[in-house]
Amino acid sequence: MTRRNGDRDDQEIVVLSLKEKRSMLLNVGPQHPAMHGIVHITVELEGETVTSADVEIGYLHRAFEKMCEQGPYNNAIPYTDRLNYVSPLINNIGYCLAVEKLLGVKAPERAQYIRVIMSEISRVTDHLTCIGASAMELGAFTVFLYMIKAREYLYEILEEVTGARLTISYARVGGLKSDLPEGFEEKCRKALKETYKILKEVEALLNKNRIFVDRLKDIGVISQQDALAYGVTGPFLRSTGVDYDVRKAQPYLVYDRLDFDIPIGEHGDNLDRYYVRMEEMHQSIRITEQALRDLPKGEISAGDFGRVLTAAEMVDQAKMGQTGDFKTVEVDLDPTLEGTTKRYHDDVYSDDKRVSLPAKEDTYGNIEGLMNHFKLVMHGHGLRPPKGEAYFPVEGANGELGFYVVSDGSDRPYRVRVRPPCFAIMSALHKMVVGEMVADIVPTFGSVNMIGGELDR
Amino acid sequence: MNLAEKIKQKYSSMVLEATAIAGGDPTIVAKKETIKNLMTALRDDVDFQFNVLMDLFGVDYLFWEEKEKRFEVVYNIYSISKKHRLFVKVPVKETDAALDSVTDVWPAANWFEREVWDMFGIRFNGHPNLKRILMYEEFKGHPLRKDYPYNKRQPLIGPMH
Repeated sequence: MTRRNGDRDDQEIVVLSLKEKRSMLLNVGPQHPAMHGIVHITVELEGETVTSADVEIGYLHRAFEKMCEQGPYNNAIPYTDRLNYVSPLINNIGYCLAVEKLLGVKAPERAQYIRVIMSEISRVTDHLTCIGASAMELGAFTVFLYMIKAREYLYEILEEVTGARLTISYARVGGLKSDLPEGFEEKCRKALKETYKILKEVEALLNKNRIFVDRLKDIGVISQQDALAYGVTGPFLRSTGVDYDVRKAQPYLVYDRLDFDIPIGEHGDNLDRYYVRMEEMHQSIRITEQALRDLPKGEISAGDFGRVLTAAEMVDQAKMGQTGDFKTVEVDLDPTLEGTTKRYHDDVYSDDKRVSLPAKEDTYGNIEGLMNHFKLVMHGHGLRPPKGEAYFPVEGANGELGFYVVSDGSDRPYRVRVRPPCFAIMSALHKMVVGEMVADIVPTFGSVNMIGGELDR
Repeated sequence: MNLAEKIKQKYSSMVLEATAIAGGDPTIVAKKETIKNLMTALRDDVDFQFNVLMDLFGVDYLFWEEKEKRFEVVYNIYSISKKHRLFVKVPVKETDAALDSVTDVWPAANWFEREVWDMFGIRFNGHPNLKRILMYEEFKGHPLRKDYPYNKRQPLIGPMH
């Protein structure tokens, strides 16, 4: 073969590549179908093996903590919906519990049971999404569709109770926005039964599925020491064999009255995390069923109501002093105020006048109620916890979710700090992907169940 | 004697005050200079065994008259085996907003400290990679400081190349 001037010597290149180590820098994300939300992982590859990884976050930062400081206490509740948007009820409830701790008030018992039911349903929806999405990324598309179907049953329940699927804003400081709708218990039991069936189906599809198990087993391993050192909590920590669960360690609401187990794994790999999450869903269904059984009956919601008046008629009659039968009058409200009438309100909202808005019958029908209402909504008045701070941890779907609220005695929180559970897990992600194949980043990252809203706040 | 008092008694040279936040959660106020030693001791002490750093964050007390120092860095530590939780508050002066990093004690502090630096501008000496985490590098100022207006706009930055 004749060689022209300037041609490179093929032989020489081969020798070179054998001598020096060649690594490749690969950007995974920020926009990538497997990076749920937006996150940027820069990995260094040698062949197909990851030699180093750098995780970059912050793409979804919306100044949650700063915005909470700008308005009254209850204004922060819609912001908390948008933290972990797969299980927003847990955030709602966590924030309210922290402010309640600061104020020293307690929600009525019925509200506490409803909060437990709602938290557990949210936990199931969160785990369903997590497992469904990571199974889909490994090619198990059927599982994804099944799990989203199950999630849909539960979302319908949540929608019926809260009025929304995602931006629910259901909890209030001192209670809940409204009581459960009629026929809830039956519908909830039915939805749980359907979910249970689907979980069984999914277990049959995945648990002994060679492809699925081989892709997860011994992948993304984190040791117990590392998990603790990195502040990892939730199913992630439990997969390494630590039985830390806020519901057991520091019981809140009525968890200490309910009977449930904490599933733990032993290897701390992706497969164990899958098993822990699956079993947790079963436990959540168990908790919900017990809470439904023990749910105290509301007194007012079962009571007799006489006339139904529109809001305007009620205000007019009250002005003229025709308040004779107002104790049994029910007000007909605009749908946006649904749930604020006596029937749906008093059983689930604290009767502490410092924190809870009165039922609309009282606001329209008597001066005390009207004054109470205005004292709580006027600028510069409102809910005023004493000076100080409070921390309340709840068990979020990803781990310990805590709110640290500082009050300066005014009607606005001075500082709201949220302890996001997946922040700690993400800070340990590089530990789990280094040394694995590049294709293993996807299932490992999937098992973190990163939720951008909560990670970046 | 509660947990905070016990710790104050044992480590009196490093702890300024034993107190509690709402609900009676034990809290100590610690000296800034010896914070790393105190944290190492609390982690390794068999009586306390604080093996998890749950959270680390800052609070800006700019408008509080009773606070001498502007910032407070709060450590939320938990012991899995003993099932107790402690809040450690460290007052930090505005003019000398720096304290020792506890990254060597708990690696979890790495990102949490970066966030405190990002949001409050408090430096952590000995941190391996102290750069912004939630905001972008070109961002000016520290957004969670009380004198940073919440509606302040900053110029858009283009792609780097």
